[in-house]
Amino acid sequence: MFKNSGKLIFVAILILALLVANLLLGSVKIPAADVLSILFGDRSNEIFSNIILKSRLPQALVAIVAGAGLAVSGLQMQTVFRNPLAGPSVLGISNGASLGVAIIVLMSGSLAGISLSRMGYVGDAAISVAAIVGSLAVMALILFVAKKVKGNVTLLIIGVMIGYLVTAIVGVLKFFSPEEDVKAFVVWGLGSFARVSGDRMMLFCTMMLALLPLSFLLIKSLNLMLLGDDYARNLGLKVSKSRSLIILNSGVLVAIVTAYCGPIMFIGLAVPHLCRALFKTSDHRTLIPGTILTGAALALLCSLVARMPGFEGALPVNSVTALIGAPVIASVIFKKRREDVRE
Amino acid sequence: MSENREILRLENLTIGYKNKNSVKEVAKGINARLLKGELTCLIGPNGVGKSTLMRTICAFQQRLGGNVFIEDKELDFYSDSELAKKIGVVLTQRPQIQNMSVQELVALGRSPYTGFWGTLTKSDKEIVDNSLSIIGIECLKERMIQTLSDGERQKVMIAKAIAQQTPIICLDEPTAFLDFPSKIETMQMLQRLCKEQSKTVFLSSHDLELALQLSDKIWLMQHSGLTIGTPQEVAASGALSTFIEREGITFDKELLRVKICK
Repeated sequence: MFKNSGKLIFVAILILALLVANLLLGSVKIPAADVLSILFGDRSNEIFSNIILKSRLPQALVAIVAGAGLAVSGLQMQTVFRNPLAGPSVLGISNGASLGVAIIVLMSGSLAGISLSRMGYVGDAAISVAAIVGSLAVMALILFVAKKVKGNVTLLIIGVMIGYLVTAIVGVLKFFSPEEDVKAFVVWGLGSFARVSGDRMMLFCTMMLALLPLSFLLIKSLNLMLLGDDYARNLGLKVSKSRSLIILNSGVLVAIVTAYCGPIMFIGLAVPHLCRALFKTSDHRTLIPGTILTGAALALLCSLVARMPGFEGALPVNSVTALIGAPVIASVIFKKRREDVRE
Repeated sequence: MSENREILRLENLTIGYKNKNSVKEVAKGINARLLKGELTCLIGPNGVGKSTLMRTICAFQQRLGGNVFIEDKELDFYSDSELAKKIGVVLTQRPQIQNMSVQELVALGRSPYTGFWGTLTKSDKEIVDNSLSIIGIECLKERMIQTLSDGERQKVMIAKAIAQQTPIICLDEPTAFLDFPSKIETMQMLQRLCKEQSKTVFLSSHDLELALQLSDKIWLMQHSGLTIGTPQEVAASGALSTFIEREGITFDKELLRVKICK
């Protein structure tokens, strides 16, 4: 524990630095002194204070909690499925959320004649619930399949298949939907930390801040699960109950993040690996806070890169996360292959 | 005297698998008991249900009939955490864990005793250190699990079971992946555990001659039923001969040796 608290503090400081960078950098140049005075309540320059308070600050806060949520959720899935390639996007969990959102956004338009994209709060709540239901449904399916079939590859293939299936269903739904709703869905599907602001941002952050600490309650279960079901059971763990709780916790985290930010790729998958490499441990007492902090830092970094001068906010955050995530995944597979050969 | 030493009893036990449509009985009418401080070895041909019996005793799977008593209390009346303090298991499958030190893994054996966060107290840490020294692997303490050989890994899992401080330790083919000297070493260590720590050790094995030389009791499981006794008694009963002997292979009941006729 002690040898890693230094690293945890380092990541925390990194988050602060990235937060400052997120506030300072952007397509509009705002002097650091002005940023500081705006944060302390100076509203004399309306344009600048709007940019800081309604765009950069909310975006940074959303990135922090979303990154933390996705990363923790990825760690939980990798432990429960004992699969280094498990993660929200790979296992089709995000796809499940997409399907839920597609059904509610597109169907409500074509069946009931209501356009959710114009309904504000009710529409918002409906999208969140749909995303949660969709992702939990996929999680339940994956869990069911995981019990039936042995072998990680099968599970991953099923995840990919779910992805294709969802894309197909969404395609059909789009065909029958009014253009306005299709556009709302497509924009949602790009994934972004920038779309949530004001009261919705507060709601999102509150929910996440309530949910993230719950993952700490499952630390002992997660550590025992590393040993495999039988060993865990022999050490007094109620395995199926714990597994369901962990999956529920992780599924709800992904669902809420996906509902508000759209599907964000790779953070959930890559951060746990970065953390294991950084902290050199499997102990979830270190890894849970570790992934929360590293996830937040990485999401801030991605959000910053996506807004770098020159891109003018046009670069989707998923392109940036993929640029970082894909090499991490490749290195994991490469490393695993080498280990398999050695054994 | 011997009655007091009984720690586990099987009464008319039926084991097997059950799913929605069918019941598959693997063995039935099993009556047996384990005594405190004894090394008991479960032997028998592949597919006769040794693992199933093992898993039933460890409560990993439901029995189909009969009963299991641990210290005169029915298995069903134990909660998961109570049972975790009675039986420690060592399985054949090796856990694939990256970046966990030997010490951390053995410390997980303290889980039934630790609190909500799994934090170790000073006495927990002493027990972990003590378990490592009983097995003689203090030197591996800081090593990562993935860097260990099969034999070392097996020892670590046994140390975990010792840290669990259970009166009974069940091991499913603990010597399966080991080279010959390591097999003997592991068996000797288990025998020492029985004598020095008065543990009850119950293990399944295919290393027949080793089991016959080092066990206090043999459970020979065959399709015809379970034969129980000291190695000499089981040999004298002729059950071992029916298990082993076939054309070109004979079993010497006196020397407890398998002979291959060329």
